[in-house]
Amino acid sequence: MKHRFRRLGPPLLLLAPSLILMAVFVYGLIAANFTTSITDNHTAAQATGVEPTSTVWFENYTTLLASDDFQHSLMNLLLYTVVFLVGTLAIGFVWAWLLDKPIKGEGIFRSIYLFPMAVSFVASGVVWRWLLNSNQGENASGLNRLFQIMGLDFLQNNWWNNVTFGIIAIAIPAIWQLSGYVMALFLAGFRGIPDELREAGRMDGASEWKVYRYVLFPQLTPIMLSALVIIGHMSLKSFDLIMSISKPANYQTKVPAVDMYVAKSSFDYATAAAIGTILLVIVAVVVVPYLVKTNRQEK
Amino acid sequence: MRINTRLSAAVAGVAVLGLSLAACSSDDSGSDSGSGEAGGSGGDASQVEVFTWWASGSEKAGLDALVGVFNEQNPDTEFVNGAVAGGAGSAAKDLLQSRLQTNDPPDTFQAHAGAELQDYISAGQIEDVSDLYDEFGLRDAFPADLIERLTVDDKIYSVPSNIHRANVVWANPTVLSDAGLDPEATYESMGDWFDALDAVKDSGKTALSVATTWTQVNLLETVLLSDLGPDGYSGLWDGTTDWAGADVTQALEDFEKLMSYTNTDRDGLDWPDATQQVIDGQAGFNVMGDWAEAAFEEAGSEAGTDYVYFPVPGTDGMFDFLADSFTLPVGAPHPGGAKNWLETVGSAEGQAAFNKAKGSIPANTDADTSDFSDYQQTAIESFGQDTIVSSLAHGAAVPVATLNAISDATSKFTTGASDIATYQSDLGAAVNG
Repeated sequence: MKHRFRRLGPPLLLLAPSLILMAVFVYGLIAANFTTSITDNHTAAQATGVEPTSTVWFENYTTLLASDDFQHSLMNLLLYTVVFLVGTLAIGFVWAWLLDKPIKGEGIFRSIYLFPMAVSFVASGVVWRWLLNSNQGENASGLNRLFQIMGLDFLQNNWWNNVTFGIIAIAIPAIWQLSGYVMALFLAGFRGIPDELREAGRMDGASEWKVYRYVLFPQLTPIMLSALVIIGHMSLKSFDLIMSISKPANYQTKVPAVDMYVAKSSFDYATAAAIGTILLVIVAVVVVPYLVKTNRQEK
Repeated sequence: MRINTRLSAAVAGVAVLGLSLAACSSDDSGSDSGSGEAGGSGGDASQVEVFTWWASGSEKAGLDALVGVFNEQNPDTEFVNGAVAGGAGSAAKDLLQSRLQTNDPPDTFQAHAGAELQDYISAGQIEDVSDLYDEFGLRDAFPADLIERLTVDDKIYSVPSNIHRANVVWANPTVLSDAGLDPEATYESMGDWFDALDAVKDSGKTALSVATTWTQVNLLETVLLSDLGPDGYSGLWDGTTDWAGADVTQALEDFEKLMSYTNTDRDGLDWPDATQQVIDGQAGFNVMGDWAEAAFEEAGSEAGTDYVYFPVPGTDGMFDFLADSFTLPVGAPHPGGAKNWLETVGSAEGQAAFNKAKGSIPANTDADTSDFSDYQQTAIESFGQDTIVSSLAHGAAVPVATLNAISDATSKFTTGASDIATYQSDLGAAVNG
């Protein structure tokens, strides 16, 4: 008994503070959020306990999922995530591939591509709101004005004010900010592949494309997966960038996180909590399989 | 070395103990000192934390003027500025919501008078201040119309500091004359106004500038008021006007037509940007509450030559009212200070100083307004004789949740995601639940 404590005691004691903090502030609050989401706590009076709340189980969820407006938010979230993912992965990969070749001033390029990540979403959102001004013709400004100057008038569009695809315009600054990060990930991946493998491939008569296809790409898959999960969960939680370009009431750029904010400021805590739980489930669908997989690999 | 660590640990321990004792004692002295203070018939009056969203521009100037009067009237109460900037008050309201939720209220907070207070009242978060009205003699000083609007179940929960009017059109005379219009003209109805808007549109300018959703809701309410009249409009909020009626449909059609005259980048702008377009001569007309007056003044514009104003067509003789007011939260740490603050806010001197700087009009009819601006004089005159209705976009007519639902429906409509029929049923559902 004493021996066992000696062995397990110190590590447990060391871990205890973080375990307790996690239990209370992460898992405890998830549980609290869930219990709020299955009540009819829709008014300020219920939130302070002046009026009673009762458990309605999954009514808030079914109401939400059945509402056109929330489906519109989910659709926006899907569009945004797909464009954001494809954009950052494609651009990040191409940049990494270019920088992988020995070129002069690689360090400078690497910094240039990485810098946007250092800017906060709120700060870049304010600037991009000016760039993505939806005026066209005489009153145009921002990117639309740039298109006019370059004689590319046909490219002018109303950006994030398009009711169906507006959200994609907000993915542009997001891609701009995070492509450099994905590049850094892929570049590390490229560098991690020993030169011998490429040389061996070439010795065996593989063309340049075949070296990439059969030697390099397979070894980049874990990097790709990490990038997918990191960018994916960022995109699903996206709120600050959307809020600083658009405004919470704007229908064209609604996503579940914005709905949650509006519900909360309407004193509708149950609905806000239900949206929070839905978001958590969506993120978990992306992240949990990844965690399971890496866990297995480590064993 | 070993002694040193022990010593420093001991010092640290003593320091922590001392701090916590100090914290206790400051609490104690705080609650003790209240009883003896001036005007402190109840509670601590050593200080007052005033929570507002008046952090810049004319609002800040108004608050500063009010604090000047407050310090004169209550030299023993320290004013603590709890202003939170951002999002036209939305950042402040969010913070307030969590502070009230965790029983950490400020001593007094700013809230729009009217239905917006309903949430705080039903949540038991603010005190009935009817007694203070009697104590300060405010029942006779405030217009009966206003008192009636503030009363919920025979109780009054806040002291209004100022009154604004939301149904005002601001116009640029140069743009109007260039479009072949008479800048002096006023318009009887929406129909007459459409002709003028067409003329401005044909001249190549933005006919009507508008900004993000809440300014569109502000525009919507003035159209509803114009088309339904004061009784029909007020009936929308108490259930006596049918949201599904043909007259509402007509008003929404007018609203749709008005939106067709507006700038395309509206959803990314806030009200100062839209008003600026009129100041700069890019747009002909703008509908905005009379706080826009301060923006014109700041730009050095002269009323009459650089800008003109008139009630939204069809709403002449109606005053679309909103007011800021101050409350007494339940469990305020310095209730005596809060009462002193409310006394200054309601007083004739406080209201005169505050409103002159903010550009609004005093709720207290005893306030000396002789040196107020021309616009303010006309607004005071209108408030005295017009039919008063409650503003939708500014929390006077409906609670926050309803307003948010109306804003969502309006944004959905103006971005083109719903037609008039859907919009009308969305609005009805928002109000009637």
